Amino acid sequence: MNTFDFTQSFRDADLVRGVMEEIRRTVTRPWVLMEICGGQTHSIVRHGLDQLLPPEIELVHGPGCPVCVTPLEQIDRALAIASRPDVIFTSYGDMLRVPGSNRDLFSIRAQGGDVRVVYSPLDAVKIARENPHKQVVFFAIGFETTAPPNVMAVRQAKALGLKNFSVLVSHVRVPPAIRAILGSPSNRVQGFLLAGHVCSIMGYWEYPPLAEQYRVPMVVTGFEPLDLANGILKVIQLLEAGQVEVANAYSRLVTFEGNRPAQQMISEVFMDCDRAWRGIGVIPQSGWRLRPEYAKFDAEERFDVAEIAPKESPLCIAGQIMQGMKKPHDCPAFGTLCTPEHPLGATMVSSEGACAAYYKYGR
Amino acid sequence: MCLGVPGKITEVYEKDGLPMAKVDFGAGVIRETCLAYVPEAQPGDWTVIHVGFALNLLSEQEAQETLALLKEIVDLGEELGPDMDVKQ
Ligand code: SF4
Repeated sequence: MNTFDFTQSFRDADLVRGVMEEIRRTVTRPWVLMEICGGQTHSIVRHGLDQLLPPEIELVHGPGCPVCVTPLEQIDRALAIASRPDVIFTSYGDMLRVPGSNRDLFSIRAQGGDVRVVYSPLDAVKIARENPHKQVVFFAIGFETTAPPNVMAVRQAKALGLKNFSVLVSHVRVPPAIRAILGSPSNRVQGFLLAGHVCSIMGYWEYPPLAEQYRVPMVVTGFEPLDLANGILKVIQLLEAGQVEVANAYSRLVTFEGNRPAQQMISEVFMDCDRAWRGIGVIPQSGWRLRPEYAKFDAEERFDVAEIAPKESPLCIAGQIMQGMKKPHDCPAFGTLCTPEHPLGATMVSSEGACAAYYKYGR
Repeated sequence: MCLGVPGKITEVYEKDGLPMAKVDFGAGVIRETCLAYVPEAQPGDWTVIHVGFALNLLSEQEAQETLALLKEIVDLGEELGPDMDVKQ
């Protein structure tokens, strides 16, 4: 009988402490590491790993929170579409509190808009089947990890011949973001923890040229405390040895090639595009949009919401935080004007946002 | 959203032309999951779920190897102890 527990085995506190001790033994000078993924930021702060690390190691928190980087103009488009009386607007739950220029999806719902939280994009397809007289729109956001599910929803709607289903796409990709961070003159990051779940789909074949070009080691890392400790140890070992390499510390789920059929399916439905990242700006070829063959399912084509003039809170420095230049404490609004109940920026909304994690766990 | 949770596949079936499964996350939490991207999945396999989709299967062998390697590193470090600590 199979009794191996994938979750508990990687939460073994003694082993985590042991690996932390090994990190302490290995490190000889200061290093700045970035975990790209907001899920990892959350896990690091929640489990207090940042406080267990030796003082030489500074973790900065990357832009890998899909809710946080969805551009303001796309949120405003979502709000415009969701306010229409003929629309049922469906979204992952985290998006409801994300502030647009002057309101959020929650307030649309409070004013009578039909805004529904779905757990899976297939639930949105189901809602479309059950409501043939309504337009059902799904807010398809995310990194590479949510692309296969979002793509499958579009394929399924097409297979079912649904005429009342469309998606508002705001997809972003990790490698162009890493390139933007490393290519910036103010970059501080010397080593990367690569997002394990993104790599479980995409593999890590895209990263060696980036690591080579910028001479920065990268380690594919999982989400449990032991995974994170292991990933940090591996990066530090590489840095201390002066080795530039892309290593895999999440081999139980990630292979070099990744899930090729899933990559294939994504490229049948999505194509590369320039994409604005909230707080950061446009990163060339950093996003995915629907291919022209799927234009019928594109909410931006179906609803005329072109003239959008987004207005960000002038206080928010989330963009600099997500590029590793600042920490949430550097923001004058942190914990005072900006809290999870009244977020001024998206990084205070999502549990994967650095500001929300620092607030919740008292950093 | 990307913080996928591991779960164990208990049952596979088809729905609306898509391969589906029931996945057990422990503590009585069971979710319906789409297997379109891991059609080879069988009951008893472990997977990580994102927004209702299994996107890969977990390898127990790789997991055991990672754990064994880390235990070895930690035990060795403890044995060698402070003598090896160049920072004292
Ligand atoms: S604390 Fe609020 S306003 Fe400040 S950077 Fe974070 S999200 Fe933006």
